[in-house]
Amino acid sequence: MLEAINLTRLHIGPVNLCLADGEVVAITGPSGSGKSVLLRAIADLDPNEGQLKTQSGMRADTPAPDWRRKVAYLPAESGWWADSVGEHFKAPNQVDLASLAIAPEAMGWDVARLSSGERQRLAFLRLLELNPDVLLLDEPTAPLDAENTARFEARLKRCISAGVSVVLVTHDPVQAARIADRHFVLADGQLAEAAHV
Amino acid sequence: MSEYVELSYIDIALASVFLLLNGALSLWLRLGIARNLAFAMVRMVVQLLLVGLLLKSLFAIQSPWLTLLVALIMVGFAAREIWARQERRLKGWRGLAIGGTSMGASVGVVALVALIVLVQPEPWWHPRFALPLLGMIMGNAMTGVSLSLDTLHTALNREQRAIEAQLLLGADKWQAMRPFIRQAMRAGFMPSINAMAAIGVVSLPGMMTGQILSGVDPNEAVKYQLMVMFLIAGATGLAVILATLGSARALSDDRDRLRVDRLRKVKT
Repeated sequence: MLEAINLTRLHIGPVNLCLADGEVVAITGPSGSGKSVLLRAIADLDPNEGQLKTQSGMRADTPAPDWRRKVAYLPAESGWWADSVGEHFKAPNQVDLASLAIAPEAMGWDVARLSSGERQRLAFLRLLELNPDVLLLDEPTAPLDAENTARFEARLKRCISAGVSVVLVTHDPVQAARIADRHFVLADGQLAEAAHV
Repeated sequence: MSEYVELSYIDIALASVFLLLNGALSLWLRLGIARNLAFAMVRMVVQLLLVGLLLKSLFAIQSPWLTLLVALIMVGFAAREIWARQERRLKGWRGLAIGGTSMGASVGVVALVALIVLVQPEPWWHPRFALPLLGMIMGNAMTGVSLSLDTLHTALNREQRAIEAQLLLGADKWQAMRPFIRQAMRAGFMPSINAMAAIGVVSLPGMMTGQILSGVDPNEAVKYQLMVMFLIAGATGLAVILATLGSARALSDDRDRLRVDRLRKVKT
């Protein structure tokens, strides 16, 4: 569950949004409308105003690292700080690489040799290690081909059926219709619910 | 030991002949540095002549408050120099304050200990001892601090995505910035380490050479130089650590966010 009350950041907001457990909300909008800015604000990566709440409590009462473990954000471009892939995982041997069709020896690879699609899938698996309550996904399948998009969505659906709420920013209306329960459009800093998914 | 040999202004003018030759060569080779060279040379002459006059009158007046005032002005100039040497600077007052306070505090403490415990001139704040000591320590600490802050600011800005990736996985700000804080501190320590390694083998330091030229026994000059090198390296290390931690703190906030928006790139 995730509830945003009067969330404001730069020209975005006030945004009010409420997701139930296992609910998926898709957000679309023109480039530069602030979809990523909104996700960053929910993840508390930039200064912002307003209240946020999950089943674990209010954001204001939660230390920022704990908040980000519960409300996990997958940026459009992932970041890597060590040389090898395995160093970015808490338990590299227990990651279900096969679910996203990643070679079993990938944990020993250098990050530099990963393709953009591999980076994206590994960054998603890295995030799932946190066992989050909420997933904030910023165009997660943009660098993926159709097959890998299908695998990604299948893995995401397992999370959703386990009760994880998802905010999905996407440019693909068909994907929004396929996964999301509700559909919002962000334009001129305001979030408005679209009539139908 | 031989007596101190006094230099005439003609000797000094003759010493500049080689530099003037450099200027002529740079004009002939069209290096485009003749103006800079001339400006730096004139600036050096004017600054040193002025500081000579200033020191002479300070030694004559012997006021602790005037000595303190000059020391504070030196810290101010050093803070500005640190700030000016960074490609990405902290916006606002913190840009100057972090370099200035970290250097003022560490150099101040080290110089106080040197004056009160080690050299023990009478009175302990005597400008003939306090100001040259402070100047030598501060000049080196300034280089270390400006290198470490420049390294830190460049790294945090360039590695924003990697740092935020760690924050997003539940790291706190210190965990996420740690490799870059270490890198910046190492950069600040390097000049002191290099100087200590090369001293006596490659380079004879200016202070020691000056003392020897003015008739001091080489063993005595070496002792003074060793003391000064220990003080320089110690004060520089402290200043580097304080400044790097202070700047890393200023570039993050209490919600464990990276705040590179507080940096401003200087047009070069």
